[in-house]
Amino acid sequence: MSISGLFVIAVSAILVNNFVLARFLGLCPFMGVSKKLDSAFGMGGAVIFVMTIASAVTWIIQHYILNKFGLGYLQTIAFILVIASLVQFIEMFLHKALPHLYKALGIYLPLITTNCAILGVTILNIDEGYNFIQTIVHGFSAGLGFLLALVMMAGIREKLELADVPESLKGLGLTFVTASLMSLAFMGFAGLV
Amino acid sequence: MSAGIILGIIGAILGIVLAVASKVFHVEVDPRIEEVEEVLPQANCGACGFAGCASYAEAVVKGNAEITDCTPGGEEVASKIADILGVQKENKEKKVAIIHCNANFEEMNRKFDYEGIDSCRGASLALGGDLTCDYGCLGYYDCKNACPFDAIYISENKVPRIDEEKCTACGVCIEKCPKNLIDYKPYDMEVDVLCKSKEKGASAKKICQTACIACGLCEKNCPVDAIHVEDNLAVIDYDKCISCGKCAEVCPTDAIEDKLLKDTEYEKRETPNIIEDECVGCTVCAKNCPVEAIEGEVKKVHKIDKSICVACGICVDKCPKDAIEWEHVSKKE
Repeated sequence: MSISGLFVIAVSAILVNNFVLARFLGLCPFMGVSKKLDSAFGMGGAVIFVMTIASAVTWIIQHYILNKFGLGYLQTIAFILVIASLVQFIEMFLHKALPHLYKALGIYLPLITTNCAILGVTILNIDEGYNFIQTIVHGFSAGLGFLLALVMMAGIREKLELADVPESLKGLGLTFVTASLMSLAFMGFAGLV
Repeated sequence: MSAGIILGIIGAILGIVLAVASKVFHVEVDPRIEEVEEVLPQANCGACGFAGCASYAEAVVKGNAEITDCTPGGEEVASKIADILGVQKENKEKKVAIIHCNANFEEMNRKFDYEGIDSCRGASLALGGDLTCDYGCLGYYDCKNACPFDAIYISENKVPRIDEEKCTACGVCIEKCPKNLIDYKPYDMEVDVLCKSKEKGASAKKICQTACIACGLCEKNCPVDAIHVEDNLAVIDYDKCISCGKCAEVCPTDAIEDKLLKDTEYEKRETPNIIEDECVGCTVCAKNCPVEAIEGEVKKVHKIDKSICVACGICVDKCPKDAIEWEHVSKKE
C-alpha cells in the first residue's frame, strides 16, 4: 500500500466517481439541502463525519464478524443496522461532549441515518476489497465529494434565485436540469485515474 | 438459522450500547422548553429577536426573554407560556404598526419619470424617489408585499394602510420602508398624525394637500399636552394621549386622522350623555375623566360639563352600568 495508491482512491471518490454526480447516490439531500450555502456546508460536514466513521466500523463488522461466520449475504441488513445505531450513538455523544458541533450539524445528523450514500460507500469498500486504511480514506473522500457537489449546487441555486426563470421550470424543475448538466460536466473527469 | 442468531446478537449488542450511551451521555433538557415551543405560532418570523420559535422557547424558559415577546402569538400565547412557567403575566398593551403618510400621490407633482425597478427601495435610490415630497410614501408597496400576515391594504388614495386587526407588530414592514414612515403605536390609540414631512409650512402645503404644515393648532387645542410640533412636524406622545380626537378636529389639512370617525359620515365627535335613570352614582366616570368634566356626589346622578368635555369616550368604556350613551350625529356636508 502506497501513498499514491491512497491518493488515487481519494481523487477517484471525489471527482471521477463522485457519489452524487457519477454514482447517483444520496440524491435526496442533494436536492433537499442545497438551497442555501450555509446548510449545504453543514450537511456536507455531517456526511463526511458519518461516512468516515461508518466506513471504519462496517469494515470491522464485515471482516471480523460476517466473514468469520460465512454470512457475507447479510451485509446489507447488518450495515443498515450498524449505520442507524452508529448515527444515534454519535448524536448522543456529540450532544454531551461537543455541544457546539452538535448545534452546528443540527438536524442534518439524524437525516443522514437514512441516506443511501452512506450505505453505498460502506458496501463499495467491501466490494473493492480495500484494506482498513484504504477504507477510511475512501469513506472520507466520498464525503468530501458529496460536500463538493452539494456546495456547488447550493452556489448555483443561490444565483438562480435572482435569475428570470420560465414559469414552468421554476423550483425543482430547473434544479433537476442543473443537476444533470453538472453530472455531464463531471463526466469530463472520466479517465483521470 | 445462524444468520438470525448473529443478526440478533449484533442487534442486541447495538441496542445495549445505545441504551448505555443514552444514560452515560444523557443531557438534561428542560422539558418546559418543548412545552413552550408547542404553544408558539411556529411562524418563525423573528419578531421576538431570536432566530425562530425554538430559540425563543429556550430563551424564555431560561429567563432571557419576556413571555410577552411573541407579538404574533399575542395575549393568548403569553398566557399559555405563563401557565407553563408558573409566572404571573403582566398585561402588555397590544401594539400595531402605523404608516405615517396619507398623501394622495396620484395628484402630486413628480420631479421626473421613474422607470426603474418596481419597488420603493429602487425608487428611493433615484434622488429619493420621483415624488416632490421627500418624506412621504413612494407608492411601490414594498411594505404590503413584505407583510407576512396580509395586514396592509391599499386605501382609496392608493397609499398603503395597516389593518390593525390583522397586524401583529412583527416589524417586517418597518425594515422594508426606505422612507422610515412606519412606526409602532398602541392599538388602543385612535388618533394618529399621518405625515412625516419636515418641510416648512408653506412649502409643505404646496407639495401635498394633506401635509402637516406645523401650524400648531393641535398643540394649542390638546387638553392633555400630548401633541407637540417639532421640526415642523406634529408628533403625538402616546403616553399622554387620551384619544379625544381634538387635534384631528382642528387640523386644517387633515394630516391628523381620528380612527373613530374614519370611514364614517361623521365630521366630529359628539360629547357623551349620562342616562339619568341608569346612573347609580358610583363615581367611576368622574375618577377616570382626564379633564375633570364630570361632577356628582356618591349615589347621585352625575353630570357632564359639555364646555369642558373633550369627547374622548373614556367614561363610556369605564361605566359599569353602561349608563353613558355616545352617539355622533353631525354629518359631513
